[in-house]
Formats: sequence, structure tokens, C-alpha cells
Amino acid sequence: MPLLSKIQKPNNKLVEEVIGRGSVFFPKEDVQTLKACIQCGTCVGGCPSGRRTAWRIRRIFLNVLRGFEDEALKDESLWECTTCYTCQERCLRKVMTTDIVRILRNIAVEKGYMNKNHLRVCELLFKHGHAVPINEKTMEVRRKLGLDKVPPTVHRYPEALNEVVFLVNETGFKLKIKRD
Amino acid sequence: MKAYAYFLGCITPNRYPGIEYSTIEVLKNFGVELKPMHGTSCCPAPGVFGSFDLWNWLVLAARNITIAENMGLDITVTCNGCYATLQEANHILQHKRELTEKVNSLLRKINKTYRGTVKVIHVIEILYNAVGLETIKNRVVKPLNNVRVAVHYGCHFLKPSDIRGHGSPEKPTILDELVEVLGAQSVDYKDKLMCCGAGGGVRAGKPETALDITKDKVEAMLDAEADCVVTPCAFCHLQFDRGQVELTAKTKHEYNLPVVFITQLIGLALGITPEKLGLLNNEVSVERLLKKLKT
Repeated sequence: MPLLSKIQKPNNKLVEEVIGRGSVFFPKEDVQTLKACIQCGTCVGGCPSGRRTAWRIRRIFLNVLRGFEDEALKDESLWECTTCYTCQERCLRKVMTTDIVRILRNIAVEKGYMNKNHLRVCELLFKHGHAVPINEKTMEVRRKLGLDKVPPTVHRYPEALNEVVFLVNETGFKLKIKRD
Repeated sequence: MKAYAYFLGCITPNRYPGIEYSTIEVLKNFGVELKPMHGTSCCPAPGVFGSFDLWNWLVLAARNITIAENMGLDITVTCNGCYATLQEANHILQHKRELTEKVNSLLRKINKTYRGTVKVIHVIEILYNAVGLETIKNRVVKPLNNVRVAVHYGCHFLKPSDIRGHGSPEKPTILDELVEVLGAQSVDYKDKLMCCGAGGGVRAGKPETALDITKDKVEAMLDAEADCVVTPCAFCHLQFDRGQVELTAKTKHEYNLPVVFITQLIGLALGITPEKLGLLNNEVSVERLLKKLKT
């Protein structure tokens, strides 16, 4: 629950925004389950990050339902979720919990709330087409194992890497990440 | 010979090529050919790039899938992240026609079209369903008797269960069965089905949290007197292997549980050397496990 000292003007369009954005990718009726949350806490009970951090997934749903946008999106603990789906599997009201976390993170990124390490991961994708690009040490291991030194991925084919670079621009993703 | 398009992803070829080699080699032993997919990128990671921007995630995943479609082969993977992304993207695109059209309007600019003609199958599904436990059992030349294995499924192999289709994620057995058919014993341990800690961008964004989860998992495995942890996921594999190096540095206590990919474990039972399987290239020494194999 937000503290009294942090009371903000609720964004009463937040729920619909989440449902609208999520419905592009997921069935609308699944995203709408957001409204079915009764704060029972089954989700928190099975959450591996919740055991050791300030992350309480149930609170995210409360904040969204009440329109407390800053609490829902700015709070760094939104990024503690490992997307393990334990809560989504166990939710008694069948709320699409984990995927709604991904939708909320999409909105957070668009608003510029992004971890610096995550920006670095994006840079790797933009440059190499891989979040974990190859290095000299692995190339040597590959050679010893009798595999091609460079795998048959975008690492081997510059024209394939160009396709990926083209797409991250066309989707608007690169611009979204780089705007600051 | 049954063939699949092998989607490598990032971590398998770029950090743990032993997984790549042993998977190709073990399946070849069972008459299954894994063909390279030329020009694939990051899948992209479901909880990382999916968390950042679902639209971009979907478009890049669709591009990867088209490469297998052009080969006319179903896709197989050795990373639960790749499995989640490619299978989920396939699922979304097959259920949202208007979205497929939008994706294709971009893909056409690079002369590709998503058609929805291939399935995404995890390599342990091939071993369990297409090859079968009996066939594997009959081919074992070095039974892994006395070896105690802590099985770790990895979240995205099982969940979300409505898309994965492996039944209840609360008590899976497929990986335990694959381990036990080799003569090893799958031991129960605390929080067996808990996450490795790495997913959802947590390894990159919240490394302390990721490592704390890994610590709980590894300690529970050690408490159960496991000789190794066996995974079907390159990312969990990396998290357990590198994670233990990080834990040792942080706590000054040595964490030394060998980390073995399922096809590396099968390779050992088929008589392939640990060196050829790439097991000696792990960060955490597998010596403990190899000693146990000799007894």
C-alpha cells in the first residue's frame, strides 16, 4: 500500500492501457484477468524473488488497479521478477500475472525507466545480434571440440546481422532505447 | 534419418559449445540429425527482450523461425529461453492473424515471410518421445551407477503450461526419467522446481538477487549429497556454473557442484569422453563427478 505521504493523483486509465497494450499480443480475456485479482497472496507465496527482496507481485496488481502509476512502473523492484511463471500457474483467479509483468515493463521502458545493465544488453543485441556474443576463449574451445570456430549464426554471416540491425530500427525498438 | 533444425541461440555456441557438440553427437548416435540454421540471432530472450518491447521481440523471433521454415524442418533447442521465445512467438502468430500480417510487412523488406509451418521442440522431448527411454537404455555402455543427480528443469521448459503442454509443472518427471534410465539416481532436494535465478533480466539487472537464488538452489543440491546438477537449459547451466564461481569469490567458501547438460550426461553413459563432451571446459571442475564414475 502506498504511504499517505506519497499520495498521488491516480491514473484511472492505467488498467485500460495495460489491457490495450497486452491485447496486441495476448488474448484480451487473458489480459483482462488483471481485474480479477483479489489480493489473496498466492502469487507472493511462491515467488523466489519475493522471498529475498522488496518485490511483492500482488502489490503491483493493487497499484495498477488503483491507478498508482508511479508505484507500479517506477519502482525498481519491478525488475526483480525472474519470469518463472510460478505465480501465473498457481493463481486461483487465473490472473495472467507474469505476462502482465512483462507488459508493465514494456510501458516502464517506454517511459524511460530502465536499468543501465539492461541498456548494455540492448547495445550488445544492436551491435552483434546476440545478447551474449562470442569471445576468443570460446572460439578456441569450439576449435578443440571439432566445431567450426565461428558458429553458423549472425556471427558468421554479416548480411544476416544487417537484417537484424535493420529490424531493430524498423520496429522502433532502437529509437525507444536510445532516446535519452 | 529424422532431422531437425538446431537453433543455437547465444549461450550454447558462444559460452558452452560443449552443449552444442554433445547434443549433435548424442542425437546422431540415435539416428537423429541436427542441421545448422544459418544466420540466426538471439532468440531474443523472452524475459529480457520480451520485457523491454514485445513487438521487437516478436519480429526478431519470427525472423529466426522463417529460417527453419525455409529448411522445411521443425526447430529444436538446448536453451529454455530459446524454447520459450520461439514456441511462444509461434503460438502468438498462429492465434493473431492480424499481427502475423504486421510482422510479415516488416519481414518482407528482408525477403522473408513467416508462414507458421514448423513446430518448436525441446531436445529433451526428442530424446523422450522420438528416441525413447528403451532405446536409450539399450545403448548405455557405461551405466552411471552410484551417481546422485540433482535434476533442475528450468522454469521455461514447463511454464506457462498451457503453451508448453507437458502437464502439471508442479511434479514433472520427464528429465528425472531420462537421468535414471542411464543408471543414475535422481535425488529429491529442497526447492527442486525453483528458478535458477537468472531469468527475466535478473542476472543482468539484479545480479545480487540472481546469485542469492542460485545459492539456495546449489546449497539444497549439496545438502542432498548430489554429485552434479543436470539441466536442459544453457542459461540455467551458465547460471549454476558461473554462479558458483561468483559465490566462491563472494563468500570465500568453495562451491564445487559439477554442472552437466542432459546430453553431456547421456554422452558419458554412451561412453563418450568428458573431454570430447566439453565437460572439462566448465568453470566448476567436474572432477568430483568423474571420480564417482570410476568407483
